[in-house]
Amino acid sequence: MKQTLFDKIWERHVVEPVAKGLDVLYIDRQLIHEVTSPQAFEAMRRRGVNVFRPQQVTATPDHNTPTLNQHLPIGEEASRKALEALRQNCSDNGIAIFDLNTEYNGVVHIVGPELGLTQPGMTIVCGDSHTATHGAFGCVAFGIGTSEVEMALATQCLLQSKPKQMRITVEGKLQRGVSAKDAILYLIAQLTTSGGTGCFVEYAGEAFRSMSMEERMTVCNMSIEMGARGGLIAPDETAFRYVKGRMYAPQGAEWDEKLSRWKSLFTDSDASFDKEYAFDAKDIKPYVTYGTNPGMGMGIDEAIPPDEPNVKALEYMGFKAGEKLLGKPVSYVFIGSCTNGRIEDFRAAAQIIKGRKKAANVFAYLVPGSKSVERQAREEGLAEIFEEAGFTFRQPGCSACLAMNDDKVPAGEYCASTSNRNFEGRQGAGARTLLVSPLTAAAAAVTGRITDPRELM
Amino acid sequence: MEKFNVLTTTCVPLNVESVDTDQIIPARFLKTTNRAGFGANLFRDWRYNADGSPVLSFVLNNKAYGGQALVAGKNFGCGSSREHAAWAIADYGFRVVISPLFADIFKGNALNNGVLPLQVSEAFVEAIFAEVAKNPDTTITVDLPAQKVAINTTGQNERFDINSYKKHCFINGYDDIDYLLSIKEKIEAYERIVNVGRKIM
Repeated sequence: MKQTLFDKIWERHVVEPVAKGLDVLYIDRQLIHEVTSPQAFEAMRRRGVNVFRPQQVTATPDHNTPTLNQHLPIGEEASRKALEALRQNCSDNGIAIFDLNTEYNGVVHIVGPELGLTQPGMTIVCGDSHTATHGAFGCVAFGIGTSEVEMALATQCLLQSKPKQMRITVEGKLQRGVSAKDAILYLIAQLTTSGGTGCFVEYAGEAFRSMSMEERMTVCNMSIEMGARGGLIAPDETAFRYVKGRMYAPQGAEWDEKLSRWKSLFTDSDASFDKEYAFDAKDIKPYVTYGTNPGMGMGIDEAIPPDEPNVKALEYMGFKAGEKLLGKPVSYVFIGSCTNGRIEDFRAAAQIIKGRKKAANVFAYLVPGSKSVERQAREEGLAEIFEEAGFTFRQPGCSACLAMNDDKVPAGEYCASTSNRNFEGRQGAGARTLLVSPLTAAAAAVTGRITDPRELM
Repeated sequence: MEKFNVLTTTCVPLNVESVDTDQIIPARFLKTTNRAGFGANLFRDWRYNADGSPVLSFVLNNKAYGGQALVAGKNFGCGSSREHAAWAIADYGFRVVISPLFADIFKGNALNNGVLPLQVSEAFVEAIFAEVAKNPDTTITVDLPAQKVAINTTGQNERFDINSYKKHCFINGYDDIDYLLSIKEKIEAYERIVNVGRKIM
């Protein structure tokens, strides 16, 4: 029987089928953070149930963490308490935590791959919709709610219906100045924010094969923005090289054994999908969103469709149907998040910022995704480039992606943001978000306007 | 979980597509470490102005509408996985959300909190909107055992799908976790097989 990559991983993890279309799925790895886990631990205490496999659970606080002065106590009581609760729950249950102010803290979806917790063929869950990120390694990784966090903590299993399968093939290579972020924004605009609902997506074709792991993570990360449960890419030498030697990566004979198994993780030729789409990389340009969902995007030099039906979104954004966004002033820039907070994203930003100055009208949040990214950016001299241009290079966290800490965009202001959601109020009540790549965000940071980054390269 | 069988109720119409979970409950309200009280901030930024005064045009502030069913446009619950969205909807008093399409994670979260995500055709949702606009006291009846929903003023009805196991859980008030905890031995047996016979990772 011809199988897809997804079938191969899913079937290997079915403990038992429960009802038609519903399986008990074994979870190899669970990642937790401070926002979606406390109620799960609380419910387990109430039931008198223990964490079943604490060594398969890893924690890192990220959503509420400040991005300046992390050595000081967190000023806001609710955030401080959320971090304290995570710390206590981990210590009570023997769960490893990469806490604030320790060497490997950071955004959960950046830390997992960095530490080698994410390995091909795994099932990975986290109480966070961007868990799809880990699919870049050929994992079945998806976001879950807190009741499911509790189930996975208590039994290492979930009751799941097997989703439908979609394959998106992009042939050709992305052009100069066009990044993985532009590619996924383009795909979401083509498929809409519900185009992938009910599906798991496999990304295939030369465009993804030729990407680095960081770029693949950016693509898989936003699978949820087209409604998909998750997205994955068949692991190859690029993936194996990335995993090898990391803290939790298998070593010695175990590495060889796993590697040979990982090499079987691909979709058999002639395996069938419920839905198939094909695109050409040469059609993808730097992208920008103009509305209040990630599917409302367009090429950076294009105009908002004159017949755009979502009038409410345009009103919120203060834009008119038919107008272009090139040259529009922005007063905030955010470079970071689980979508674009990796070292390559800061290299890309530095490429634009080097030798230029921050625009006077811009306030920028430059937030590495982890302590490791922060260290590496300093070692490579990227932080220095940002600081010479007048920016502050911050400490890691989710930051202005969802504005749970102090990093907010004020009502009515425009923010060119490398994050993943432009929903109303996402970056602060009334904030107006334009989703872009790190190159485009950096271009906006030095010009103070929506600018085609290719003009500055 | 609270049991669900047959429910007759008036509806709250929210004729908006792609209602995301950031609208249902904004991130700034996710800091508490318990499950209670989220209903007060359900649709906070659509429901209240920045100064805390109610937005009078928003449907939750319109006294003509009420009931235990929220009826919305397609792609309801997209975005963040926050179960706080389902908690807020349940805490406010809704037992059913009706939409032509639900985002996957929200659907799962609703099912785990005794809120029935009822997926019906776009035409049927339009029919509910039309009837409720004519008369806010219009009731619908959700018959879970029969998997049918009806508009009582017109008699128009439609069948809806629900996984047979989930239906059983809803009617009897069972949680998924009760089942998973009851098969611990099977899970341990699975672990032994995969660790010995066929390495999974």
